[in-house]
Amino acid sequence: MRRAINYVPDRHSGLILAILPFVFLMGIYLVGSDARLSANPDDKLMPGLKAFFDAINHLAFTENRRTGEYVFWTDTLISLQRIFIGLSISTVLAIVIGLPIGLLPYLNRLFGPFMAAFSLIPPLAVLPILFIIFGLGELSKIVLIIFGVAPFLIRDMAMATLAIPKEQIVKAQTLSASSWQILIHVVFPQVLPRLFDSLRLMLGATWLFLIAAEAIASEGGLGYRIFLVRRYLAMDVILPYVAWITLLAFLMDYFLMLGSRAMCRWHHIR
Amino acid sequence: MTEIAIKNVFKEYNRNPILERVNVTLPDHEFCLILGSSGAGKSTLLRMLLSQETPSRGEILIDGEPIDVEPQADRGVVFQRYSVFPHKTVLDNVLAGPSFRESRFFGRLFGNRKAKLRDRAMELLDQVGLSDAADKYPVQLSGGMQQRLAIAQALIMEPKVLLLDEPFGALDQSTKKSMHKLILDLWNANKMTIVMVTHDIQEAFTLGTRVLMVDKQRRDPQAPEAYGSTIVHDLRLDPARKAPLDPSDNEENQSMEDIFLKWAGRMDHAIVEGAPHPTTPEAASVSAKEVA
Repeated sequence: MRRAINYVPDRHSGLILAILPFVFLMGIYLVGSDARLSANPDDKLMPGLKAFFDAINHLAFTENRRTGEYVFWTDTLISLQRIFIGLSISTVLAIVIGLPIGLLPYLNRLFGPFMAAFSLIPPLAVLPILFIIFGLGELSKIVLIIFGVAPFLIRDMAMATLAIPKEQIVKAQTLSASSWQILIHVVFPQVLPRLFDSLRLMLGATWLFLIAAEAIASEGGLGYRIFLVRRYLAMDVILPYVAWITLLAFLMDYFLMLGSRAMCRWHHIR
Repeated sequence: MTEIAIKNVFKEYNRNPILERVNVTLPDHEFCLILGSSGAGKSTLLRMLLSQETPSRGEILIDGEPIDVEPQADRGVVFQRYSVFPHKTVLDNVLAGPSFRESRFFGRLFGNRKAKLRDRAMELLDQVGLSDAADKYPVQLSGGMQQRLAIAQALIMEPKVLLLDEPFGALDQSTKKSMHKLILDLWNANKMTIVMVTHDIQEAFTLGTRVLMVDKQRRDPQAPEAYGSTIVHDLRLDPARKAPLDPSDNEENQSMEDIFLKWAGRMDHAIVEGAPHPTTPEAASVSAKEVA
């Protein structure tokens, strides 16, 4: 007997193992759904595959009679647009504010404790304030995402900057680099891999803030739709939407990883 | 001409004296080795020469002028670790200094100016034996190669003083030997002063034209922190009159195996099992000389 930590699956069985939980979950659902539907054909809680197919077909591939839109794709587009704008602005803020706070001692003393306190404000608690200030339109949803994500990213980038070995900064100075050059040629490239990692880790929170904002006041979006059809116990719509959101988040995570590989080649060489 | 004068320098951290009454003058083209045990303050002295730290009292002059309050290009540096930029290729690491100096806003050069600097950088990489690795990233280099790169990166700025903080401390014996030869060649070829910190006494005497030892002169057993270190020994050596410590140490580029065989020969009487046998032609020639 070897120790459990020394049993490593090969490539083939690793792949099977990775798929197993998904198949297992689906199997359990189908069995449960089948049992409930045979007892009560009108059961709404666990619809069968046919109901899902009909719902997706209705929302994604049939024109809405009233608006002429394909609801599923419109929802997706609206939500993705909010997420991209929110994340992009948060990323820019993290770079433009976080790096100088980490590099310049005066800014660090001035804003370090403030950012620490600011990032601890629960974003959902200030959501009403955002609605009051920015209205119920697009802006308040994007601001909520920024409010939830940016302070974390800013602090993270400031800490990553502080963690760069002092030797690097001193060496750059002996190579006649200015503060600005150190910022863009030494600090920025070295914290970029960490920025990608942090963005990936924040994707869950980003979607959380988006759906929260859409649930409370919105006229479209994936979160809006889920909370709208909730009133009719429409699990045949809610479950595919949840799966779709998960897939979108997974794809974003994957593309961020590819971005990191492409832009920080030095970091991924092993 | 570069003369460094350290005049009555004191350094303390939170009232704890680290260095006291340090007085030393280094004439032009000195290769100064600073020896001392861990915590003796030898690296603190080097960091003050670099302006990474400022003396609590006293002053440091280069050619009669006080040194700048922050690190500048007149004093190049190689640390034991983290000296090269991990996100730049070998060539870009060497080009970093001139690019910073000549393109103040972008820090990047293009066209003719870049081509000219590129030639100079490749020349330097050739001198330190890295021209084949120009497009690699530092993580792809061995420890010795990274330190060679750090030296080339500092030399392209043509500093008056090159400061080395235990640069070969993490390298294996044979790599260390080839680095010694390299740094001596570069010191001879470039008219610069080198100040190097080490705790390796053999290294200090092999390389230095000046060997300083930093240690506490006064000790209080009840309060070990009460006194700082100062320069307790100050020797000048003439490189031309240096006797090789061990004739076989003069072999250029001794490989790990050469040294292994030499030691195996020395320990011959203690070997209980196994016989050392050379596997490469160079090693064979060394062991042949050992036998003769």
